[in-house]
Parts: sequence; C-alpha cells; structure tokens
Amino acid sequence: MDASANSETARSAPDDGSAERAVAAVWRIESARIVGALTRIVGDFGLAEDLAQEALVDALRQWPVDGVPRNAGAWLTAVAKRKAIDGWRRAERLDARVALLAHDLEREQAEAPDLPWDPDAVDDDVLRLIFIACHPVLSREAQVALTLRVVGGLSSEEIARAFLVPTATVQQRIVRAKKTLAAAHAPFEVPPREEHTERLGAILGVLYLIFNEAHAASSGPDWMRPELSDEAVRLARVLAALMPREPEVHGLLALMELTAARFAARVDRNGDPVLLADQDRRRWDRGRITRGRASLATADALGRGRGAYCLQAAIAECHAVAASVGDTDWDRIVLLYEALGRIAPSPVVELNRAAAVAMATGPASALRIVDRLGESGALRGYHLLPATRGELLRRLGREEEARSEFLVAAGLAGNDRERSLLERKALGAEK
Amino acid sequence: MKFMLIMRATDAGVEAFKDLPFEQVIEAMGKYNESMIKAGVLVAGEGLTDAAEGFVVDFSAEKPLITDGPYGETKELFNGFWIVEVSSREEAAEWASRAPLGAGSFLEVRRVTGVEDFPADNEWIEKEAGWREEAAQRAQQ
Repeated sequence: MDASANSETARSAPDDGSAERAVAAVWRIESARIVGALTRIVGDFGLAEDLAQEALVDALRQWPVDGVPRNAGAWLTAVAKRKAIDGWRRAERLDARVALLAHDLEREQAEAPDLPWDPDAVDDDVLRLIFIACHPVLSREAQVALTLRVVGGLSSEEIARAFLVPTATVQQRIVRAKKTLAAAHAPFEVPPREEHTERLGAILGVLYLIFNEAHAASSGPDWMRPELSDEAVRLARVLAALMPREPEVHGLLALMELTAARFAARVDRNGDPVLLADQDRRRWDRGRITRGRASLATADALGRGRGAYCLQAAIAECHAVAASVGDTDWDRIVLLYEALGRIAPSPVVELNRAAAVAMATGPASALRIVDRLGESGALRGYHLLPATRGELLRRLGREEEARSEFLVAAGLAGNDRERSLLERKALGAEK
Repeated sequence: MKFMLIMRATDAGVEAFKDLPFEQVIEAMGKYNESMIKAGVLVAGEGLTDAAEGFVVDFSAEKPLITDGPYGETKELFNGFWIVEVSSREEAAEWASRAPLGAGSFLEVRRVTGVEDFPADNEWIEKEAGWREEAAQRAQQ
C-alpha cells in the first residue's frame, strides 16, 4: 500500500522505540477526529474504525523509518480513505460514493495538504462520535471500551490493563459493539433536542464510570489508577469544549477535578487509604481545586440550576475549601445531599447524607438513617454500609457493636487495601 | 502528567516576530490554544509583556538586589508558557512541535512536579503527623 500522501517529514526518528511512542502520542491526539471524519465520509462507524486502525498499523511500520509526517492526522486520514477506496474496488462496488471519496482525496492532496480540518466540521464529527460510542443500544461495558478506544485513542491493551481484564475481552467487546451499532442502524448524529438530556446523561455516566473505576478500584490490589482518571478528566474537558451550554457537562468536569484534587492525599506512603478526616490537606492539588470551582461557576452561570453532577461537585467544593473537617460547612453539605437525593435518589447518596448528618447534627440521628437503609436491604453486600455504621457506633461509645460492624465491612470489601484498613479499625475498637 | 512548554526566543527571534502582522500572530496563537483546549489538554498558559518592562531580583548578595529590565547575560528571553496535561512525554513533544513559532524561537519542555515527586516522609510532613497525633490524644483526655 502506497502511503506517501503528504509525507513531508519534519522530525528525525532515532531507532529506540521512541518513534512507536510518538505514533501512539499522535494517535491519542488525532484518533477521535480521524475516526469521526471517516465515519461521516464512509457512512459506517465500524468500517471507519477498522480503516483507522489499519492506517495506524501503516504508521507504525512507516514512521519509525521515515519520521513522523508534519501533518500526521491528515496522513492517517488520507491512508484510511485510500484503503476505503481499495476495499470498495475489490468488492466491485464502484458506486458514486467511491467516486466522491476518490475525488475528495485527490482534491485534498492537491489543494491543502496541510489544512485538512475544517474546525467546525471536525467538532461536529467528534461530538457525533462520542454520542455513537455511548449509544443506548450498547451495554455499559461496551460504551466504556468504545469511548476509550475511539474517542480517547487508547489501545485495546491499555484498556484491558486499566480494567484488569484480558485484551481479548476488550477486543471482543469492541467488535460486538460495532456489530450491535450496525444491527441497530445507529445513526452518526447528534441526537435531536428532545433526546438530548437522556443521551447526554449516558455519556456523562460513561465518563464518570471511567473516572470512578480509576479512583476507587473495586477489586484487585491497586487502590487508584491515576492514568485512567486523567483520561476521564481529559474527555470531560473535550465534551465541555464541544457542549459549552450544558451545565451538567461542566458539573461533571468540576466534580472530577475536585475529587482528583484529593488523590495525592488519599493514600499514605505504604499505599494504604487515608480517610478524608485524616488527610493532609496541604497535599490537595490547589490547581485542580481552582479549575473545578471555575467549572462549577461556569455551570451555575448558565442559569439552569444544578443537576446531579453539579450538586455532587458543590459537595466536593465544600470539602475543598474547608481547612479541616471541623471547619467544613456540614449543614450545607446535608442540604446538598438532600437535594441530590430528591433528583437522583439512591441508597448510596442516602448513606453519604447520613455521614454528613453525623457531622452536622450528631451520630444518633445519622444512625437512624443508616438503620433505615439497612432494613430496606438496598445496600446488602455493600461494605460501606457496615463501615459507616461502625463509625457511628464507635462515636456513640458502643465499641463492641462497632467492632463487629467493621469486621462485617472488611469481609465485604473487594479491594485489598480497603479490607486491611477496615480490619485495623476493627482492632482499634478493641481498645 | 503535566508539562510546561516554556517559550524562549533569541533577540533575532523576537525581532522576527515583531515583523509579522499582529492579527496573523494572534490568529495562529488562538488556533493553537483552541486546538489544545478542544483536546482537553490545556491546563494553563500565559504570555508575557516585553522584558524591558520587567525587572530582576538578584539573590547573590546578602540583601536581594533589584535591577530593571532583563538579566544582563541572558541569551534568550522567556516570553510565555503553556501547561499541558498529557499521557506521555511524546504527547507533550507532539503538542510542543505544533506551536506556531518560527526561527529563533524555542520551546523548552519540562515536566511539572506533582506531590508524588516529594517523599511522604518529608520532615515537615512527619512533624504534621506528630502534631495531629498529639492533638488527637489531648482531645481524648
């Protein structure tokens, strides 16, 4: 395959694997725009993704030898387009689409090899790409894998490593997701206004899930995976730039920044978790706090009220601005949890509300909330229910009961580090 | 990880920049900044006014000495910076190489330190932990 389009080379390539890493870097930056543009052009998301991956393989073969082309995104797109034409020719589908694509390709190379992107068209393509990757016909796992792969530009290996599953599993998820989208005739479009809230909600859910998977790994030896959370924050920033009028997008970004601000303080030097009350707040990332608060202010300035993500960001902001647990405005946090519980009722929110009530009012009234939750059975098997109950019982001086709650919690914790923290708490209650 | 792209230019580079139409420079910089914002990587960035407006604080003597203008022996002037949050050193290099700069201009790329670069058992952090423990014990008495 001749892939010499626009092959002006600007940087030399020493032979030490750095060229491969440079290809990966370009791919991280360009993949969403490439797959987006290709999907629009060839009219098939699955085919576009295959073509883009084939172009990437060409780049991995050629760039280490020839150097990275000055306009790498255009190079990859041109190669992918040529592969599309070749494929159609082989299948003898010499229809108008092939002719148009061939014409496009020639014109691009003749006229403006260095300026292939019409910024507005590219933005629309990337937004459509995010919507199709998070399409409701897909399972949540498929949405996550597809978003990280096509929008984030991560390889299947990177995604597999991040989620502690075999690479083949990720590849299968992606293949299956593409087939599902084709079977559902999922259109490559920004959905109509009336579907906006729901469809955008799915995207925000996927990004937040990626972020959360990173910052509280539910299983395995690692407590946090910062690379994945950084990627989730980056994708939220991309979305905020594409949909600046949507308050919840800014709210999600604010929530992520304000939560990530505490990451460095959340583990001690042995890698063990440190609870909010015991965190060294000087280790909180002030830059992230500033950016998170700015994003929340942007959301508020849109004047459409606070949704679930903005409310959670506001709670995180209360912590971020407090000098200590004692200085925290717990009354305000209780109010914010009440609001959150009404628009997005969930037993986990109720449990968090109980923890805030314990700080604002005292452990007795919080224990009543936790006991109601326990009776409802909604959080059966969730280690933080007995863990919270244990904390409240300890504060009430009911040490024996507290100890057994911590042991129950330790038995339910899926994360090794969390389990050992809870076991130590159980021992602490013996004193 | 975060990297700072530090813009430096020789006198010739600064002069060459002054010859370009202002609108053109602003447009090119605007597009570059926008591309980084849309990619979700730009964390901060500022440009600096003419070095002649600035001053230098010299700590060589016992008392810090303030002199007007740029530091005398500097070959290149520091004109501004970007901070990008990216997944690799190569990604930082890719963004840096896209900057709309010309001959006589340089971007020095440096990784920004994070809390992870400092030992958790730093003396001051140890002290803090000690104070906390004492405070907790006092509270229980």
